[in-house]
Amino acid sequence: MIDFDLMSRIERGLARWLKRPRLDLPLLCALLLVAATGLVVLYSASAEAPAQVLNQGLRLGLGFGVLLVFARIPPTVFRTWTPWFYVFTLVLLVAVLLFGEGRGAHRWLDLKLVRFQPSEFAKLALPMMVAWYLHDRPLQPSWRDLAACALILAVPAALIVKQPDLGTALLVGASGAFVIFLAGMSWRRILLLGGLGLAALPPWWQFVMHEYQRNRVRMFLNPEADPLGNGWNIIQSQIAVGSGGVFGKGWMGSTQARLDFLPEHTTDFIFAVFSEEFGLVGVAAIVLVYLFVIGRGLWIAANARDTYSRLLAGSLSMTFFVYVMVNGGMIAGLMPVVGVPMPLISYGGTSAVSLLAGFGILMSIHAHRLRGR
Amino acid sequence: MRNVRPATVMPRLRLTVVLVALGLCAFALVARAFQMQVLKREFYQDQGDARFLRDIEVPASRGMITDRNGEPLAISTPMISLWLHPETLLEDPARIAALAQAMRLKREELAARVQQRRAREFMYLARHLPPDQAEAVLALKIPGVHGQREYRRFYPGGEVFAHVLGVTDVDDAGQEGLELAYNAQLLGTPGVKRVIKNRRGEIVENVEEIRAAEPGRTLATSLDRRIQYLAYRELKAAMFEHSASSGSMVVIDIPTGDVLAMVNYPSFNPNARASGDIAARRNRAVTDLFEPGSVVKAFTVAAGLESGKFKPDTIIDTYPGTLQVRNHVVRDIRNFGQIDLGGLLMKSSNVAATKIALELDNDHLYDVFHRFGFGTLTGSGFPGESTGTLPDPGGWGQVEKATLSYGYGLSVNALQMAQAYAALADGGRLRAPRFVREATPTEPRTLLDPGIAADVLRMLETVTGPGGSAVKAAVPNYRVAGKTGTARRAIAGGYDSRYVSVFAGVIPVSKPRLAAVVVVNDPRGGAYYGGLVAAPVFGRVMDDAMRLLNIAPDHLQPQLIAADVPTPAQFAEGVMP
Repeated sequence: MIDFDLMSRIERGLARWLKRPRLDLPLLCALLLVAATGLVVLYSASAEAPAQVLNQGLRLGLGFGVLLVFARIPPTVFRTWTPWFYVFTLVLLVAVLLFGEGRGAHRWLDLKLVRFQPSEFAKLALPMMVAWYLHDRPLQPSWRDLAACALILAVPAALIVKQPDLGTALLVGASGAFVIFLAGMSWRRILLLGGLGLAALPPWWQFVMHEYQRNRVRMFLNPEADPLGNGWNIIQSQIAVGSGGVFGKGWMGSTQARLDFLPEHTTDFIFAVFSEEFGLVGVAAIVLVYLFVIGRGLWIAANARDTYSRLLAGSLSMTFFVYVMVNGGMIAGLMPVVGVPMPLISYGGTSAVSLLAGFGILMSIHAHRLRGR
Repeated sequence: MRNVRPATVMPRLRLTVVLVALGLCAFALVARAFQMQVLKREFYQDQGDARFLRDIEVPASRGMITDRNGEPLAISTPMISLWLHPETLLEDPARIAALAQAMRLKREELAARVQQRRAREFMYLARHLPPDQAEAVLALKIPGVHGQREYRRFYPGGEVFAHVLGVTDVDDAGQEGLELAYNAQLLGTPGVKRVIKNRRGEIVENVEEIRAAEPGRTLATSLDRRIQYLAYRELKAAMFEHSASSGSMVVIDIPTGDVLAMVNYPSFNPNARASGDIAARRNRAVTDLFEPGSVVKAFTVAAGLESGKFKPDTIIDTYPGTLQVRNHVVRDIRNFGQIDLGGLLMKSSNVAATKIALELDNDHLYDVFHRFGFGTLTGSGFPGESTGTLPDPGGWGQVEKATLSYGYGLSVNALQMAQAYAALADGGRLRAPRFVREATPTEPRTLLDPGIAADVLRMLETVTGPGGSAVKAAVPNYRVAGKTGTARRAIAGGYDSRYVSVFAGVIPVSKPRLAAVVVVNDPRGGAYYGGLVAAPVFGRVMDDAMRLLNIAPDHLQPQLIAADVPTPAQFAEGVMP
């Protein structure tokens, strides 16, 4: 009886969902386009390994599944659960320091059934927590509120730095900072804190950074100093991009990846393979799609119904853009090598799922927007 | 919800700032892509195509192999192998045409070959071309055609040395024979140089030599080129004369154990790779086993003497030329009547050999055979050497013991038999045969009382004397001891109608210097006895070898001198006797 009841509920729910899926179709299409492009490039970059492509396809499928589910959940529910999610993420981050695994750095948690990077959770949890904290306080956050936000961000960021994964820590911190920025922090304070941050750079370089991180920055400034060692990635990546030309070498035509000159060519440097194979035309096209995604996200934020939703949607969109810029900048030699994947294109499961979960929240916010209900 | 604010509260300025920042960043990224992919495209393409460091091997030349007098037997000569980058060559049909003309190949065939491998980065056009020929092709500077230095093995001795030296493969590694046995010494240490290769594997630039190539060391073998040639010539002649299927000859220098010659027929040309059939490539002298037949009677007699039950002059009655042992009848070719041990060897009496064996313990007869190296490796270290078989004495019945005494039921290779005869001739001292020339002879192992060895040797001398079974092994002016053997060839489950003719001999008897074994399989010209087929080969080879090695005659025959040399008067008249 109960089963029957459940079945009919699911049936009704499905019918309702089909009638009004609560999805932002333009955004969904853009995301699907990027994901499909990623799979196509992955096939070439992995030297035609169908298993790897299938694997990534399954993860993306899981990600889109999460997106569809999250799109159904009202933003108020997310807001209510935010502190718990934040605490849960902190626990995971501590766990990964204790039991984590990975090459050189402890970034993965292996729960037998799934293996994931808790720092990807933080990418969602931190902006959510800051937005939660600020949503019912007056805008133009006070110094006290700022200090509280800083604490909210600093604890997980420090745990991630410990892994060590400086790049992700910075991005996670930035996603929180975007919330504060959108919450209306005054320009004077922004300038003041920015100045302080700059002043803190030299001691930080000297005392906090790991040697390999310093090397990455040095190599970014002068890759030719060690062309076979630390500068290798940068040089090979730039050669891949530059040799692609206007129209690229064609799909499966990346000599840099195919002849194994380009390291990490399915993960962090996959965009170099894309650039080599599809040239300037491809790069411009994919950047346009990414811009559309971000623009749509900001539009959703602007039309959000409450402060929490607005801050969160804005932050998620901007963080997404930062990923694109940091990865693209790294590949083009505009930024030091930071282990940041190209969203939805790089091979990697947790990142894809967490990104799509974020877009699920965006869709939910969109569905509960002010106008057009 | 305390604080639901309308969307318009999102500060305009803030949104504008964000949008402008996004736009600037995106613009920067695309601008950078434009700079790299349009403005500096060529630079990056050149970088990608042309500059990759590789460490490549510089081939080392393989060590020379010489005979005992320093005559070259195997030398490595520099050659050039031509290789292609198929895709580059196919870019322009004129390149194929020019290359085909230079290589004297059919254009269509070459085009098809290259087309088939167009997806590859590398294919050999021709390996091991003489340098002048290869350089003539390279001088045309056809894009996609490259040369690579390699060494090719060249064997001046050709088929004569083919088995004993063995061969190398196309990559210069020893595959058989001494080339394989001493590969480590002959193989040099390749050098390493660092080069920059482009995407097509072409060397763009030599950066530095990391390690110089170290050529392999010369191997001075124990072989004597002249005796080897001699042995091969005479063996081959006998093969034709008797329409035999195959044969081997081994010559050992008794005082040192050095192998002076080891030849087989049929042979092959080691300079032409993969030519001839596999059977011709076998070094039969060490790999092929045969039942030695009467040749082992020398060791049966030695065992009889050692037992004390027989003296050299002990008379054995062989009447009526047959002997019933259980259900087996031992036969001589005719009735020799009463003969002593010398007569046994001279006439090759199976009955007498059986009568000795039946008086001996199984273990003793086995021990004598075993001491002389039957059923064990010689220790020469030659690759692929067969052990041979000598059945365990525990299982011998009377019949087995009888047949063993005249050389059936055990198997040996030619090298083993030569070693055994060398030991017998050297006063019962066994030396492992060796193929490398060394300053000092190997330490011998004493197997037999020197007196007994001398007695047996003296008896064996009668074999080549008048009335012996191997008069054709005799060498003028030298005393020769030896023994013939003629055995039915063993095949699975019995004996064939084919024969193996064997002669094992020693020269000169007064101061033994050379021991040799001749094996001829399947003589079909009517004669098949060892004395008629194998013994003459021995005689002819040793006749010349004595002169080549400058060995003093120990049995001058004055009448020949008187008959052959013209008197001064005849000489003056120009008359030859």
